[in-house]
Amino acid sequence: MTWDWQVFLNDDGSGRTYLEWFFEAWQWTLAVAGCSWLISVVVGAVIGTLRTLPDSPILVRLANAWVELFRNIPILVQVFIWYFVVPRAFPYFQQVPGFLLVVFALGFFTSARIAEQVRAGIQALPRGQRYAGMAMGFSTAQTYRYVLLPMAFRIIMPPLTSESMNLLKNSSVAFAVSIPELTMYAMQVQEETSRGIEVYLLATAAYAVSAFAVNRVFAFIERRIQVPGFIATGQAAGGH
Amino acid sequence: MSGLDLNFMNWEIFRSFVLNGLLFSLQLTVVATLGGIFFGTLLALMRLSGKSALVVPATIYVNGMRSVPLVMVILWFFLLVPLIIGRPVGAENSAYITFIAFEAAYFSEIMRAGIQSIPRGQVFAGQALGMSYGQNMRLVVLPQAFRNMLPVLLTQTIILFQDTSLVYAIGAYDLLKGFVTAGKIYGRPEEVYLLAAVCYFVICYALSWLVKRLQARIAIIR
Repeated sequence: MTWDWQVFLNDDGSGRTYLEWFFEAWQWTLAVAGCSWLISVVVGAVIGTLRTLPDSPILVRLANAWVELFRNIPILVQVFIWYFVVPRAFPYFQQVPGFLLVVFALGFFTSARIAEQVRAGIQALPRGQRYAGMAMGFSTAQTYRYVLLPMAFRIIMPPLTSESMNLLKNSSVAFAVSIPELTMYAMQVQEETSRGIEVYLLATAAYAVSAFAVNRVFAFIERRIQVPGFIATGQAAGGH
Repeated sequence: MSGLDLNFMNWEIFRSFVLNGLLFSLQLTVVATLGGIFFGTLLALMRLSGKSALVVPATIYVNGMRSVPLVMVILWFFLLVPLIIGRPVGAENSAYITFIAFEAAYFSEIMRAGIQSIPRGQVFAGQALGMSYGQNMRLVVLPQAFRNMLPVLLTQTIILFQDTSLVYAIGAYDLLKGFVTAGKIYGRPEEVYLLAAVCYFVICYALSWLVKRLQARIAIIR
């Protein structure tokens, strides 16, 4: 077989080349992943914190239920539910654009995993840290804000890195509800041009480059926020 | 909840549309787990062998697979396998090959951690008994590595079961597709997604509960 890279210079029928379309698709992937990342970190931090609260068994249970709910249903099914079921059950959501619905799906799905890491990070801290906060006369909220969470987030940087890369890869399920991101692009252009290998190679390379960039950014942040004298370790096996 | 009717589903519909899909999803999970652990262990041994002719290709393979979304890998294999063997293989067979190849990369990372968790003294003890490399791995190191990593391997299997739903991309008939098909025929296209979610949730929740029990037992024995 022979390569045909010029296929990307062809017009796709709407006045743009397949290469221009590719860059638009890449931007969609980054937009979906970036917005879901914001949701997942904020919600994940809150839920993960709730799971470690002392003396609030009801909140702990609710937060645990949240994690179990979003962790035990495949992401593709969750995307379908947000996209098709939620707007029918709650008519208000009919005005919400599909892009946001997919972002909610990915964001909440990932929030359960990040909540698990945040909980593990907080519980990995020596008990004395919490006591130290109490001895300083801090309220529970202040203890978390000034003592526990800053260290916990440093501890979970390695697993948070791989979870963020997972989120980027998981954003590919948005193809199922026709968000014009990289996977959708790959499937559609493969069909239109029959140059599947070239098209898939380009899309795959874009994913790999993006994942690598996320990895480097996190490594940079991890170095910058390091507290001298503490060796923060985490584990990252399995997943996706 | 306005206008969602979940009551249409009954055993008859479940049996004729969903059951086949459920069986395929379970089969795919079992085959990919066993195949993935087998090839993953080989990859882990290659990466730990210290010979660059083995280390480099295994590392490239594992890191390559892990940096690409599973959906793209599914599409890749669906495109390439027929080209390589020269005839169409069908979405289901393509899914088997894809999942074994993809999961091997993830299982290899787990097995590598498992093998590295075995104290060096165990290897030396095997050598002192005159065991060859193969005997040492098979009789001393790998059994202990499997045991240490059993909870992680099973957790990965639960994730794998959820990921089988992604064969949607190539139209294989799995659990999700079974529900979607039933929804199309009986005019309940939205409701079936909720039913599918319940089905996946029950299976995954039960499995993760079992893993937790197992983890507690193993922790006591060790």
